[in-house]
Amino acid sequence: MATENIEKTKGKTEHHTDVSLWFALLFLLGFGLVMIYSASSYTAFADYNDQMYYLKRQAIAVGLGLIAMLVVERIPYHFWERFSVFGVIASAVLICLVRTPLGVESHGARRWIRTGIPGFNLQPAEVAKLAVILFLAVMVCKIGSGIKTWKGLIVTMVPPGILFLMIWKVTNNMSSALIVMAIAAVMVFVASPDYKKFVLIAILVIAGAIGLVMLIKYTDVLGSFRATRIRVWLNPESDPDDKGFQTLQALYAIGSGGVKGKGLGQSMQKLSFLPESQNDMIFSIICEELGLLGAAAIMLMFTILIWRMMIIANNASDLFGGMLVTGVIAHIAVQAILNVAVVTNTIPNTGISLPFISYGGSSVIFLLVEIGLVLSVARGIEYRN
Amino acid sequence: MSGNHSREQRELQSVMRFHHRKKVTITFFLLAGAMVFLLGRLAHFMIFCSAHYAEAAKELHERERSIKAARGRILDRNGAVLADNRTVCTVSVIYSQVKDREEVIRVLCEELGLSEEYVRKRVEKRSSMERIKSNLDKSIGDRIRELDLPGVKVDEDYKRYYPYERLASKVLGFTGSDNQGILGLEVKYEEYLKGTDGRILTVTDAKGIEVEREGERRIEPLAGKDLVTSLDVNLQSYATQLAEQALLTKEARSVSIIVMNVNDGELICMVNAPEFDLNAPYELDEASLEALQGTPFATSEDCEAEAKNGKTTQDLLNAKWRNGCINDTYEPGSIFKIVTAAAGLEEGVVTKESSFYCPGYVTVDDRRIRCHKTTGHGSQDFTHAIMNSCNPAFVTLGLRIGAERYYHYFEQFGLKKKTGVDLPGEAGTIMHRLEDIGNVELATVSFGQSFQVTPLQMLVTAASIANGGTRVTPHFGVGVVDPRTGEETRFSYLVQEGIVSSETSETMRYLLEKVVSEGGGKNGAVEGWRIGGKTATSQTLPRGTGQYISSFLAFAPAEDPEVIAIALIDRPKGAYYGGQIAAPILRQLYENMLPYLGIMSYTSQEGELP
Repeated sequence: MATENIEKTKGKTEHHTDVSLWFALLFLLGFGLVMIYSASSYTAFADYNDQMYYLKRQAIAVGLGLIAMLVVERIPYHFWERFSVFGVIASAVLICLVRTPLGVESHGARRWIRTGIPGFNLQPAEVAKLAVILFLAVMVCKIGSGIKTWKGLIVTMVPPGILFLMIWKVTNNMSSALIVMAIAAVMVFVASPDYKKFVLIAILVIAGAIGLVMLIKYTDVLGSFRATRIRVWLNPESDPDDKGFQTLQALYAIGSGGVKGKGLGQSMQKLSFLPESQNDMIFSIICEELGLLGAAAIMLMFTILIWRMMIIANNASDLFGGMLVTGVIAHIAVQAILNVAVVTNTIPNTGISLPFISYGGSSVIFLLVEIGLVLSVARGIEYRN
Repeated sequence: MSGNHSREQRELQSVMRFHHRKKVTITFFLLAGAMVFLLGRLAHFMIFCSAHYAEAAKELHERERSIKAARGRILDRNGAVLADNRTVCTVSVIYSQVKDREEVIRVLCEELGLSEEYVRKRVEKRSSMERIKSNLDKSIGDRIRELDLPGVKVDEDYKRYYPYERLASKVLGFTGSDNQGILGLEVKYEEYLKGTDGRILTVTDAKGIEVEREGERRIEPLAGKDLVTSLDVNLQSYATQLAEQALLTKEARSVSIIVMNVNDGELICMVNAPEFDLNAPYELDEASLEALQGTPFATSEDCEAEAKNGKTTQDLLNAKWRNGCINDTYEPGSIFKIVTAAAGLEEGVVTKESSFYCPGYVTVDDRRIRCHKTTGHGSQDFTHAIMNSCNPAFVTLGLRIGAERYYHYFEQFGLKKKTGVDLPGEAGTIMHRLEDIGNVELATVSFGQSFQVTPLQMLVTAASIANGGTRVTPHFGVGVVDPRTGEETRFSYLVQEGIVSSETSETMRYLLEKVVSEGGGKNGAVEGWRIGGKTATSQTLPRGTGQYISSFLAFAPAEDPEVIAIALIDRPKGAYYGGQIAAPILRQLYENMLPYLGIMSYTSQEGELP
């Protein structure tokens, strides 16, 4: 569509603004701010005596992110190649810093580090996601057709695998670790011309997951915390006061929204019934206030966003650009899908934020930097006959 | 830059190949597919499960506080309050408002005397409101409220209270923990008494703070209606006093007294000594444990066996709460001669002057039935036969009526049906089938043996014979009064006329007055009033234990009855003839009751005559 019209006059670089992409992006960002205000104003007033507490902080983060995005857009993306290994190492170091006195604890988990800017803490997992995208894009280009072999596959997956383990074990953040792994998997899948291996891996992973769930459901082999989490997932009403509490509250919010919703600002569940209502659970508040139609609109915007990015990836002037965009697609789409899946109790409850919408400074800044990369790739598209 | 820089550059600048594009597109569709799947799942929750979750959420958001409706009072005929309400407290905890959980647990354990485990479980339960204890004394509730612990709520509530404690306990009954009737009138009139609880529905956030914009829905409680009964507190107190006195002096198992208005069936007194304290119905004291070795008027072998084997607490409680006047049956004995006499008069086989001869026994088929006077009453007219309570004369009369006709009158007098009294658990009559009645059975029935009725049944039947032939429905409930509007609803009861002819009734009144004035009921005579009555000394079943139920039935004034009463002493020690021990009870009662009720005395009537 739009790409068809991209023209490049010899000598001069004229770039086309992707209206659909910008619309979806700004819609999600603007909508996110409105919903953060709606979801958090009540608790913000109760906790900080300021209804706009969360809104203000998020607005600043979005502003910073947009500036960063525009800067990154104007830097030719090949500039970043040289940082690919450094990015991975830096991520690993930052992850380790979480365990030092620089680490900040919040909501019972130690996942952030101090930045020196008051009120803004950095989540190394967000850095790691970007680092993995960059690293794999460079790696895929480097090993070229070597990606076809099992060896190539494994070598490529080693650095993301290490980061995966570090995020999971060091910051105790399995959901971010899984997203890092998912980004890597999607990028390798796209890079490799092979299908069989991936189908085989997918089957093994799915079979393993089903086997594990069955094991937990019908036996008592795994009596651990995660086993309880799976049991509660299978039947959240079995433990409505404790482990199933958040899931059940989310379902109450979603269910009571109905098709049209209660109207913007009319959520009851955000009145401190639903924990993290401006954060991981914001989607359920959207459902409650704006109904199925509002929820569908959000999901449509995400689909438009990844569709436009797919077009950019497919038209990228080189493999490196294409792979960068693929990584960003994987990041945004997987995270959005997993968030909605958690909220609807489709998968066990794990803390995943909704891209661009959930409250969280580092998340939105890094996401916008990634979009900046995508736009930079789009700038580099050459018109071909 | 290194040597292989150019190669790297070349590779990095390699283009997106066809398979890359294809895979990016596949990836997009896989992700979009996942989005569609999740949208479907959302639709499932938001369309098909919407009502379920919306309801659950509403329940969570709306804090419902029930406002207990005051239960209707129970009043006596003059408005004295027999059952009232007292304020008690309920302590609850609101999870999200509690600040210091440990402190709350500690205080509640201390003040309420509950185990820590019990309190902890409830305080730590993540519910909008958890009840810890109800029916607390108001003083304890006030003390907890004054501590002003965040999240601890004290609500006021009503509890049933019986100002007269033991008075008419087996008639009034009591209520359970939720203020629902459990026994007696409290059960029978539950629908009028209970009222409708009100509710306050407030929408709150998770911390229990009310959300202004949602407002408050308040549904006012509707107080229960007051039940006006025909009981008379003063007479009931006096009758209870008499019964308890007899219980003590005669070391009897139980003593019962019933007083009824002959003409409309209003029950003025119903005493079943020993009574129990309605404010502590579940307490079993030593005395009641001892006194309740069997059930009053219980006759079956099972009961005896059970008494020996030792009963469970519930059995003991049930026995303690039992209203012998209507829940148990007994052989009425000689009082039943009223029925035989009325049947004979109706059938026209006997008159006041008919003559009978009593040699001290009567032979029926191969059985010899003794008279209580073993030397015999000799030659006597029917008036003297009833005055003497002569068994052979009544056996002769019964046989003269014949089984079929006798059975007909038994049914016509209403003896086979329940009286329809407004108390739960009325026992039915136990009677032979017509085809099983031979001469011997007929003979024994004629003087009140070999079948069983309740004391109330006996009283109501005698009343219908004495009052001119109208069988009334005995009852306590006169009507209900709405406490707000004062609107009164009176109950109406079935009345059946023509049970016996007025001539028969008149003759019976004459005969029964003779019994009291000159015959076996002399001890029941009240100076200045004309009393009609009949005594009985029934054997307890199984026979041969040498134990009796002594009773006396009397109505006044004899010529135009207004009240009728029966007194029964179950298993007295020492003297056991009804005329000796039961008649004096009613005499004392009548001596006080008749002037109290304003029933004119015979002598004052005489004085007023010109």
